[in-house]
Amino acid sequence: MRGMKPWLAAAALLIHLGATAQPVPDTLAQRLAPCTQCHGEQGRAAPDGYHPRLAGKPAGYLYNQLLNFQDGRRHYGPMVQVLALLPPQHLRQMAEHFAALELPYPPPARSQANAATLLRGQELALRGDAARRLPACTACHGAQLMGTLPATPSLLGLPQDYLVAQLGAWANGQRKAHAPDCMAEVAERLQGPDLAAVAAWLAAQPVPQRAKAEPRPVAASPLRCGSAP
Amino acid sequence: MSIAHALRRPVLWLAIVAMLCLVVAGSLLLCCAPPPAVPLQPAASAPAAQAVAQGRYLALAGNCAGCHTARGGEPYAGGRGIPTPFGTVYAGNLTPHETGLKGWTAEHFWHALHHGRGADGRALVPAFPYTEYTRIQRADSDALFAFLQTLTPINQPNRAHELRWPYGTQAALAAWRWLYFKPGVHEPDASQSPQWNRGAYLVQGLGHCAACHASRNALGGKQSSWGGSEMPAQHWQAPALNRADQAGVATWSQEEVAAFLRTGRSAKGHANGPMAEVVMSSTQHLLPADLAAVAAYLRSLPPDPAAQAARFEPSPQQAEQGSALYADHCANCHGKQGEGGRTASGTLAAPALAGNRLVTQSPAANLVKLMAQGGFGAATWAEPLPFGMPPFEHVLSDAQLAAVATYLRSSWGHQAAPVQVHEVARWRGAAMP
Repeated sequence: MRGMKPWLAAAALLIHLGATAQPVPDTLAQRLAPCTQCHGEQGRAAPDGYHPRLAGKPAGYLYNQLLNFQDGRRHYGPMVQVLALLPPQHLRQMAEHFAALELPYPPPARSQANAATLLRGQELALRGDAARRLPACTACHGAQLMGTLPATPSLLGLPQDYLVAQLGAWANGQRKAHAPDCMAEVAERLQGPDLAAVAAWLAAQPVPQRAKAEPRPVAASPLRCGSAP
Repeated sequence: MSIAHALRRPVLWLAIVAMLCLVVAGSLLLCCAPPPAVPLQPAASAPAAQAVAQGRYLALAGNCAGCHTARGGEPYAGGRGIPTPFGTVYAGNLTPHETGLKGWTAEHFWHALHHGRGADGRALVPAFPYTEYTRIQRADSDALFAFLQTLTPINQPNRAHELRWPYGTQAALAAWRWLYFKPGVHEPDASQSPQWNRGAYLVQGLGHCAACHASRNALGGKQSSWGGSEMPAQHWQAPALNRADQAGVATWSQEEVAAFLRTGRSAKGHANGPMAEVVMSSTQHLLPADLAAVAAYLRSLPPDPAAQAARFEPSPQQAEQGSALYADHCANCHGKQGEGGRTASGTLAAPALAGNRLVTQSPAANLVKLMAQGGFGAATWAEPLPFGMPPFEHVLSDAQLAAVATYLRSSWGHQAAPVQVHEVARWRGAAMP
């Protein structure tokens, strides 16, 4: 390149511009490459231990989160940037694409928590704590914790750091959902060692093969939730 | 440059002393020429449907909602914070509620656009670009007002600006206006076609393109209407519209310019970041005749003769650095030779990087921001599901991003200056306001 005359550079440029284009697949998955860059191949969660999986979560939940990032109820900078001004129909297609995927999940990372913590986490997740007015996770998120339709997410297959960060953000008002924000109430009551315990237990559970979000639960929800009315 | 750094420079102190002098001068101007207040009046009779429809279109052409809508807020109800070098300005509520424009008349609205004054006669901050809007014709102002008055009234009190002293004071604004603002109307140029004149009217007035694309001095006064500048707090670089090496379109065809504004895409470049927002919220809605007019005017901007891109010749090591990263992460979509990617049906999926001015432009802020943060292309009627650039800030280190950027800027005949690691650290980090 050294000593190259401007006209030679221009000629080189013209040759390159004339080259045939690189073929790119004309698919929705290809169009959603900005998502899967961080959320892992096909949205199956990234190996960095933070970004959550998208695949298989109820479309209503994913769509609500996209709106939450756009409208200022969630604040993770990279998501806010990448979603700025995309129209609702685009967000809806994005959500439906990832919700429809059925992927196998790797076994969970070995938990660093002690047995007592995991036991307390299990108790909270499956039975709740009436004394602290904490409903069981399963009351809303499904008996298998794989979520319920239309818009309550699965709690499995998520990194512990992500779970702790989300529950903490909810407790201190950094993360919000559509009002009335039932998870904000739960997270506030859950603060402290119980929050860490339930996150540790959830992160240690395998994702059941071929399990999907359940239909809308028959029993009345223990709390009123604006995101899943 | 941080404020602390800036204050160490004597020239900045001089500017501050000059500013204080201006405040004194402004105070004198204020006491000698009190602002004309326009009395509030009851709402006039219902506006004609035609004026409302015209106003709705003009509000899109001027992208009023772009600033006057908060994240997650009601359109036109204000509350969005606009970062400026002098602090944050909060856009006002334009809906016909007591907290917005209820009680205003078309006369008040015209005063705001044309003279930059509120209904109470106080000078408005020029982040509201009345320096451009002053060219808007009265009929268009009235149509805009008629449309805004048909919006659902939203109860959202205006938030006070958070400007450092003395910038928000009436005295400082009086001084600033004395220096940089003169009310004026668009004067057609008889030597140009009606189409060119329509384009000039839209670009210089309602479109307020200069709000971002002008180059400005330390007080925010315009130096050159189209010289380009860094956008406050975001580190996006609004490129010069009169430079062949930036975003000048003198050599583009009229159709190419119009297609770019309608879809955010063209074989010669894509709209990214704030410009993608402008395409989505505003220019994609322009009528074909107005798009053609804007294109005709932009193509006619006289190229800046002083602007000569510096030629940089990389060392062999620099030329090789980043090439492996490019092959691993970029070539799959952009092609081995930076030729760009298309689908089988010919849709432009990834812009060509060879010959792309975004790649070679200096400073390289936009290139680095795009590589780090990624983003979808503009979603428009023409392309509702755009392809996008994956963000690489979690995948590549600052040093790797600098290496790839330098590789892009020195490949395929490019001779642009390398990108330093500290520049990547500065440009990639800025969050959206």
